Amino acid sequence: IMASSYGAKEEDGHHPGSAGLGGAAIRTKKPDNTAFKQQRLPAWQPILTAGTVLPAFFIIGLIFIPIGIGLYVTSNNIKEFELDYTGTDMSSPCFNCSQSWNSTNTCKCELFFSLDQPFESNVFMYYGLSNFYQNHRRYVKSRDDSQLNGDERSLKEPSKECEPYRTNENKPIAPCGAIANSMFNDTLDLFYIDPNGKKRPISLTKKGIAWWTDKHVKFRNPGGSNSNLTTVFKDTAKPVNWHKPVYELDVDIENNGFINEDFIVWMRTAALPTFRKLYRIIQKNNDMTPTLPRGNYSLAVTYNYPVRSFEGRKRMILSTISWMGGKNPFLGIAYITVGSICFFLGVVLLFIHHKYGNRNNSSDIAS
Amino acid sequence: MIRWIRQQLGFDPPHQSDTRTVYIANKFPQHGHYIPQRFADNRIISSKYTIWNFIPKNLFEQFRRIANFYFLIIFLVQVSPDTPTSPITSGLPLFFVITVTAIKQGYEDWLRHKADNEVNGAPVFVVRSGSLVQTRSKNIRVGDIVRVAKDETFPADLVLLSSDRAEGTCHITTTSLDGETNLKTHYSVPETAVSQSVSRLESLQAVVECQQPEADLYRYHSQSDHPNPPHTLGPENLLLRGARLKNTKEIFGVAVYTGMESKMALNYKCKSQKRSAVEKSMNTFLIIYLGILLFEAILSTILKYAWQAENKWDEPFYNQKTDQERNSSQILKFISDFLAFLVLYNFIIPISLYVTVEMQKFLGSFFIGWDLDLYHEESDQKAQVNTSDLNEELGQVEYVFTDKTGTLTENEMQFRECSINGIKYQEINGKLIPEGMTEDSPDGAEEELFLKAVSLCHTVQISYDQVDGPGDPFSHANGFSPQMEYYASSPDEKALVEATKRMGVTFIGSHGEIMEIKTFGKAEKYKLLHVLEFDADRRRMSVILQKPSGEKVLFTKGAESAVLPYSTSGEIDKTRVHVDEFALKGLRTLVVACRHFSADEYQEVDRRLHEARTALQQREERLVEVFNFIEKDLELLGATGVEDKLQDKVQETIESLRLAGIKVWVLTGDKHETAVSVSLSCGHFHRTMNILELVKQKSDSECAEQLRRLARRYNTSAHPFCETPSPLYTLFRSESHFTQHGLVVDGASLSLALREHEKLFMEVCKNCSAVLCCRMAPLQKAKVVRLLKTSPEKPITLAIGDGANDVSMIQEAHVGIGIMGKEGRQAVRNSDYAIARFKFLAKLLLVHGHFYYIRIATLVQYFFYKNVCFITPQFLYQFFSWMSNIVYLTLYNICFTSLPILVYSLFEQLVHPHVLQSKPALYRDISKNSLLSFKTFLYWTFLGFCHAFIFFFGSYTLMGEDTTLMGNGQMFGNWTFGTLVFTVMVITVTLKLALETHFWTWMNHFVTWGSIAFYFIFSLFYGGIIWPFLHTQDMYFIFVQLLSSGSAWFAIFIIVITCLFPDVIKKVFYRHLQPTSTQKSQVSVRLPPQTLQL
Repeated sequence: IMASSYGAKEEDGHHPGSAGLGGAAIRTKKPDNTAFKQQRLPAWQPILTAGTVLPAFFIIGLIFIPIGIGLYVTSNNIKEFELDYTGTDMSSPCFNCSQSWNSTNTCKCELFFSLDQPFESNVFMYYGLSNFYQNHRRYVKSRDDSQLNGDERSLKEPSKECEPYRTNENKPIAPCGAIANSMFNDTLDLFYIDPNGKKRPISLTKKGIAWWTDKHVKFRNPGGSNSNLTTVFKDTAKPVNWHKPVYELDVDIENNGFINEDFIVWMRTAALPTFRKLYRIIQKNNDMTPTLPRGNYSLAVTYNYPVRSFEGRKRMILSTISWMGGKNPFLGIAYITVGSICFFLGVVLLFIHHKYGNRNNSSDIAS
Repeated sequence: MIRWIRQQLGFDPPHQSDTRTVYIANKFPQHGHYIPQRFADNRIISSKYTIWNFIPKNLFEQFRRIANFYFLIIFLVQVSPDTPTSPITSGLPLFFVITVTAIKQGYEDWLRHKADNEVNGAPVFVVRSGSLVQTRSKNIRVGDIVRVAKDETFPADLVLLSSDRAEGTCHITTTSLDGETNLKTHYSVPETAVSQSVSRLESLQAVVECQQPEADLYRYHSQSDHPNPPHTLGPENLLLRGARLKNTKEIFGVAVYTGMESKMALNYKCKSQKRSAVEKSMNTFLIIYLGILLFEAILSTILKYAWQAENKWDEPFYNQKTDQERNSSQILKFISDFLAFLVLYNFIIPISLYVTVEMQKFLGSFFIGWDLDLYHEESDQKAQVNTSDLNEELGQVEYVFTDKTGTLTENEMQFRECSINGIKYQEINGKLIPEGMTEDSPDGAEEELFLKAVSLCHTVQISYDQVDGPGDPFSHANGFSPQMEYYASSPDEKALVEATKRMGVTFIGSHGEIMEIKTFGKAEKYKLLHVLEFDADRRRMSVILQKPSGEKVLFTKGAESAVLPYSTSGEIDKTRVHVDEFALKGLRTLVVACRHFSADEYQEVDRRLHEARTALQQREERLVEVFNFIEKDLELLGATGVEDKLQDKVQETIESLRLAGIKVWVLTGDKHETAVSVSLSCGHFHRTMNILELVKQKSDSECAEQLRRLARRYNTSAHPFCETPSPLYTLFRSESHFTQHGLVVDGASLSLALREHEKLFMEVCKNCSAVLCCRMAPLQKAKVVRLLKTSPEKPITLAIGDGANDVSMIQEAHVGIGIMGKEGRQAVRNSDYAIARFKFLAKLLLVHGHFYYIRIATLVQYFFYKNVCFITPQFLYQFFSWMSNIVYLTLYNICFTSLPILVYSLFEQLVHPHVLQSKPALYRDISKNSLLSFKTFLYWTFLGFCHAFIFFFGSYTLMGEDTTLMGNGQMFGNWTFGTLVFTVMVITVTLKLALETHFWTWMNHFVTWGSIAFYFIFSLFYGGIIWPFLHTQDMYFIFVQLLSSGSAWFAIFIIVITCLFPDVIKKVFYRHLQPTSTQKSQVSVRLPPQTLQL
């Protein structure tokens, strides 16, 4: 039974206004007899009784459990591989690089790993940092979106928010701010070591890692159509920690300057201190072989980014993806749990409804 | 102390002496020592502000409110640099609130200024240097002679010098002062009465000596030294500012009290602000939340510093501080951090709560005025709301104090019966028919004397409607114009005089000292020698007349207890029996007696009266003495019974109030027997009730003894097993079938009981389901209300009355209700709500009160809940560092979540109004502020925290898994995380309200779904554009990206449902396992019977 219904409002028992008196001249203070003023607006008056919510709970249960199972299975089918290359451990090939960091010499190290399962379809390569507070208030604010949007004035005079990464040697820094200054600059290269021990580089796509809107709208190089970024940026200084200026991030003009996708990805600050950012995409092959077949691989790291000072860790992650994103069992589990609870409560409610529901109603009608 | 303050504030000038000396026309004595006294000028200032002090003073007043001050502090903190939110977020709403209030107050003050200017600038005519000069009202000085014409109000307190009438009298009404509508005659001293022209006034040399200004409207005595001998002046000589001259062409008077010293101004009392119980609990909750706020801010600060202790966290290489930050002092930084957190979390105490509550109260109160059920067709009056602050208090009333006359009754007196010389008569068709006897004609002489006495012993005035100017009433008297209308200060007198007119003895009018009556067509003139005015202590009034035959006779009329003891002859016993019989029928009784004076006796009486009236010291006491001397050895003539009809549906109303758990007390000035009989007839007392009486107590000890006796009687009869009845028992008992008790107290006994035995008295009262207090003075009514109000349980009281004598009680009670009755509009003006009939009280309390209470209670709780939901995720995020979004912060309370609750709080109907009215017991469900109890408050707060945790950790787990949520492998950032939490929050909070809503009008649907839709549309829009003038584009396309992720959608659904389903379960379980009567009645009304066939 549905305890709720559209309240059929009684016909108003009042005579409308003073019209009955015939004389329009008689002005009374009589309030208007409108549904609004008399608080008699037609209304739906639902009541939460066991009877009403029972079906809802059963439906939630019956819908959520399959969804949960579906999500869980989907998530489980996703393959993920994670490799920590920080080099805190003496045995790690990157130990030396992590210890002796200086900005001039580039330090390289190589790690070997093997995949037990083949990775089908597109494989996404992430780098992950931990203990890195990209969400610190001071840090998040330290950027100038106008400058990044190609505004000439902001290029010459960056926002105050960028302090202390605003100017260097009386030249405005482009891009200014702490976020840009601390851009991740390790270079990761992936090699497949085929069964006969030969290293084959895997081609990594660096396009499509940033949000489309960021790449095409939010971030723009200054100077408009001027394709010579060197002249555009000539009166600016590079961020202090950078090895090369912003106009040398890439040779491809579509991926250089502020619209460099690695840069854009970095500028999208992470929510939590342990985060990963999309680094490269490994496009799937056209043939039937998996994108990353089972076997041995090596990761060549150009070790530039220091994390030892804040006890950070650096990781490389390889992951396939489903329509719902990466490996994330949480949603599936949550749906299954909530669905089961709802179903169980539905049963309890059914019991209550039979035991108490009718008694209440009938006793009240009788009274 | 108060006096000192008032003096400092300029209300009272410092008093140099007890009297002030006023030289008429300011002719000071040329010789002798004369110290000029300083008097206030005649400017009336009711406004609070001037143009110059408006802004500072108004701001000061506004920031005295705790909440406003708190928001000001927050705002100031935000102005300081380095806070996470911009000052606009709290500055704008604060500015809005302050401005709106300031504009409202400024407008009101402007109106007051306008009124003041109108009054102060009104043209008046003053006699100066021998001619009539027109000047402005504010220029009148003490001592000026002022001319006032017909239908004008008096510009200052004047002593009447002369009128255009030969005898120097004039008629005034004091409607605007005390609500009495009758015409009153005021007199002048014979010596000045002749000075009817300006020229003759010029030659007048006189001095008035009078007390310093005081507020009592009815006390005034002074002496006028008109050369010699001194005359005593009393209230009958004083024309009060604000009163209006009637039926008199013009008068001259000398100003004695001017401006703010006039009695009207001294009586002007600012209505003290009444606060509702809900507001009080709101303040308690606020303080708790302030505690939570401080705790969160301190905790965050401490955690921050604990975390920052290591340099690698405080200042990692990627996130260096500026030099300025590095160099500022530690303590300063600590404080500024603390303040920053305070500001970030301050939304937990939302300023919009105040705005919404104010709006809800203001808009919601219209429904009372619009209600057709509260509209009285006959008098064309609808309910009126004077304060919207107390709407919800109507749902909390525990005690109703009601006046009887005019409130329970119509205040339409109808003469019914009389007893003449021991024989009872009834009026039938304008004839007196003796009871029990058939056509036996009554004894003519005695009947005639009785009727004459009734028609002469009064202070009734006659108004001739069409007469222009007073002229001579007698010129019309012969024609006996039908337009003649009686005006009397008490409706009883009017009814009596009208009754005698029907029976053939017509009072035609009084002219000076001559009263004329027409006895069965024959005119008789009586000379009025003295009037012994009515007063509440003597409870009788008398006139001394000279008969046409020259004989002098006294007629007395008064309460039987005030007349019978002094009667020596006549049918005293029979009359007493008759009076009691009348009283039992609910009639108001008056006893009439007379006394014939011999010439010597009259001489003596006249002399003593004159002495007493001219006495300067202790005049009142001496007058009472003389009155008592005169009003004795009376010959009893008879008694009258006047019926005061009960109002419509009083019985039903009182019964439903009682069922609603409200105790009804009747407070009346009427006499014991009448009051009891009216109480019985209106259902206040039941026949089955055990009536306890505490009346006619003379002494303290006697009163105490009686109280103890009553308490014992109560205990033994009602609760034999319980020695000490606790309030809890009382509550149960009133519902059970024990004998109910009613208590009757009279004024005198009450004052004794209140003086020493307040506790005992309260104990007895609480055990009685109905209490009747009779013979109450206005101030006593207020005292009783205050007594109940301040008793330990602090019950919510409601006072309802119609007359000026109920004003004190109306102002004292938590809720004051005025009945728009016949006794002027004084009560209405001082009330919080005004209704036309007593019966409307039931709907006002049971339906409107119930609705308002539920609405505001949910509103308040929901607001706190919503802001806990809002702020806690931010607090939690502090552990992971957080930047909040200003725009969303500001809009959360204003745009996304405020409209549904406002609409809810205007339209919610938990149960159908008819059910509420037909089942008054439902009112008990909300009594004692039960919906805002600490338990429910904790529940809501807990719910808020729970939901906040679910939002936050739900989103955290989703994102914290550190994987992409998008089908293209790209990552979300911190802004997306915030937006996800926020989206879930807006949806959950809105749906939570939807769960609370029982009454879904199209408006609820519109705002509920509209708010969610608006949130989505706004977010899409806000994130869809690179905003040209904004520095940061943090939100750009965040929302679209979020919505493009399937996982995000799944997460939103699961989180919202996880938040809400336990709440649904809780509601259902409670409804089925522990249903409140409200919930039961919901089901019974909603379910059509046939569905039960299941």
